[in-house]
Amino acid sequence: MSLDFSTPLFEVIRDEKKCIQCKVCVKQCSNKVHSYDEEENLVKADDIKCVNCHRCVLLCPTRALSIKKYSLEFRENANWTGQAINEIYKQADTGGVLLTSMGNPKPFPIYWDKMLLNASQVTNPSIDPLREPMETRVMIGRKPDSLEYDKKGKLITQLPPQLELSAPILFSAMSYGSISRNAHESLARAATELGICYNTGEGGLNRDFYKYGPNTIVQVASGRFGVSREYLNAGAAIEIKIGQGAKPGIGGHLPGRKVDEDVSATRMIPIGSDAISPAPHHDIYSIEDLRQLIYSLKETSGYKKPVFVKIAAVHNAAAIASGVVRAGADAVVVDGFRGGTGAAPLRVRDNVGIPIELALAAIDQRLREEGIRNQASLVIAGSVRNSADIVKAIALGADAVYIGSAALLAIGCHMCHSCSTGKCNWGIATQEPELVKRLNPDIMYKRLVNLVTAWNHEIQELIGGMGINAIDSLRGNRLMLRGVGLNEKELEILGIKHAGE
Amino acid sequence: MKTIDASDIYYRQLNEQIDEIITTDKNVTLNNVFGQRYIGRGLPENVKIKINGFPGNDMGAYMDGAELEIFGNGQDAVGNTMNNGRIVIHGNAGDTTGYAMRGGEIYVKGNVGYRVGIHMKEYKETRPVIVIGARAGDFLGEYMAGGAIIVLGIGLKKGEDLTGKYCGTGIHGGAIFINAKQDKYKFGKEAVLMKLTDADISLLEKHIEAYGKYFKIGTSKIKAGNFSKYAPLSHNPYSKMYSK
Ligand code: SF4
Ligand code: SF4
Repeated sequence: MSLDFSTPLFEVIRDEKKCIQCKVCVKQCSNKVHSYDEEENLVKADDIKCVNCHRCVLLCPTRALSIKKYSLEFRENANWTGQAINEIYKQADTGGVLLTSMGNPKPFPIYWDKMLLNASQVTNPSIDPLREPMETRVMIGRKPDSLEYDKKGKLITQLPPQLELSAPILFSAMSYGSISRNAHESLARAATELGICYNTGEGGLNRDFYKYGPNTIVQVASGRFGVSREYLNAGAAIEIKIGQGAKPGIGGHLPGRKVDEDVSATRMIPIGSDAISPAPHHDIYSIEDLRQLIYSLKETSGYKKPVFVKIAAVHNAAAIASGVVRAGADAVVVDGFRGGTGAAPLRVRDNVGIPIELALAAIDQRLREEGIRNQASLVIAGSVRNSADIVKAIALGADAVYIGSAALLAIGCHMCHSCSTGKCNWGIATQEPELVKRLNPDIMYKRLVNLVTAWNHEIQELIGGMGINAIDSLRGNRLMLRGVGLNEKELEILGIKHAGE
Repeated sequence: MKTIDASDIYYRQLNEQIDEIITTDKNVTLNNVFGQRYIGRGLPENVKIKINGFPGNDMGAYMDGAELEIFGNGQDAVGNTMNNGRIVIHGNAGDTTGYAMRGGEIYVKGNVGYRVGIHMKEYKETRPVIVIGARAGDFLGEYMAGGAIIVLGIGLKKGEDLTGKYCGTGIHGGAIFINAKQDKYKFGKEAVLMKLTDADISLLEKHIEAYGKYFKIGTSKIKAGNFSKYAPLSHNPYSKMYSK
């Protein structure tokens, strides 16, 4: 039909016997897939616009709708797949960089699924979290090399600032602008109720959200949006964003059309103006410069808050992390190549960076070898999908994990990879008031609370099964992990034995 | 007015001393400053600090209304992410002066380094201004998103350029005013030469006069009408780069 060679990816299947022409789908789909034909009294669909977000499917009162993969196939070709061909068509048509959203979907190995956990049998009995106290609280921040006590046993050593979390989980940085106000509110309220933290992302902090400060991490990125003295003192910790797993090495760009009044006030930029975050911080060209920024933030926040530095997991992550710790970071955040994003160039997302599991193992190892592991906490991100991933991450050496995609799924994201269009039918990655309204923070924050509560309980069960009653005793305890189907090199990097050894 | 002898004091202690003094006396003079960083960081309105010596990097970072006067040179990242206030430098200033500043004013008597005014932005009634007495290095006003950068070109040799290359690259807000007919090749492709408006003229006149007053230099020969104005072609320079 169309001369730009584009064909639908999905097919909207409507069971005409069930459809009562109520037009709910027509109203619900922001992509304008459905339309009502008065003459024929039929609801029709234009498949090519569908992104497969399930909004219509779930809201259809008679369950008349389903979405299928469009059955048009190219001649079978393992090299020139349909996706590869369609991408060429699109770029030949537009001359543009391909833009995408959410994390890398390519079938790269997922190392979490190639590691198995241990459990106690006979000796060293397992612990039942239902009956015995279990500690999942973590303290994020620099730990002193040694502790000194006075004669009465009181601690004399002054501890650097610590961030206390009731579970080893934080909500990832997602900026106000990339996600909606209601999504932010859900995250902020859930973090507050749970005793964990959410992260502002690089979009500043909305006035109305200052009250969640004790459970907020304020981010400082290259664009310095919304960064002021007040902002730096508003949160519980400050995070410098150097890079992001979904798009290492490149900056961010919030298009002007998403900068409405509210976003403008939060970012402190004019309405309708592009919000461009340059690829590097232009005051950081070295580890020494990074130190300068870390300490400018500490100076401005009275040395009362831990300063995190977030980097993308890239080839030399271990050496970079070592530099970051030496630069004075209280926590190093490492974001793996599967990390989500509101918008990233497709080629970058799918081809740049390394798996978080390998980066984490390498960094923890390196920091230990250099004797500086205590100087900073290690927080990882980049597709943590469940509580078992978290337990494995901690056994590999992490102090805590950031969850982004999982948190969005909890509040209704359907992983349609279309955030960058700004038309999220679930009210998450959008600024359109009609769509934002669909996300009810009163309900959604509870779903986040449920998710983290459930995971925290699962963590307790998993570590209890190993005979461990505090998450701190699991950290870096790689003997609790065994690999399956991994080669020698992978086992060496992960620092674990193969199952059966 | 309190005075601190800054010799041999580490920056953290120096800044703490300043914090302490301004709880009772808003006017502070620092003598023998030698490389201490972050002087004036985050300081609020009504605080006035005179600095004798060589302040270090990130002077006035996140500053929120204070006034700094430096009898010497500024180093790199003067006024980094500053919100409001004024910095007057009786000398030169280094690279990334005014990085991401959102409000307030920086006056530099002499030259400035590279990437000055990078990602300056304006917000509501706050419009930051950087006034440079002599000349600026490459990438002046890169990614600029608001405010004004004014280069006066005082004391330059005949034919000497007022700026380096690639100025205004990625500019998407604000304007750069150069006291010369500038070759277009010095500017990035996102910046275009525009006509001065009446508002531009009065802005220029105001800041030229202030420059003259701060540095006790006659500025009557500097005519606002002679400036070249470079401003963004678009507030959304990169929107066409992507296909969904
Ligand atoms: S885009 Fe979503 S709401 Fe629209 S037709 Fe497809 S699945 Fe339904
Ligand atoms: S946030 Fe919205 S647009 Fe983005 S993947 Fe999830 S459902 Fe789709």
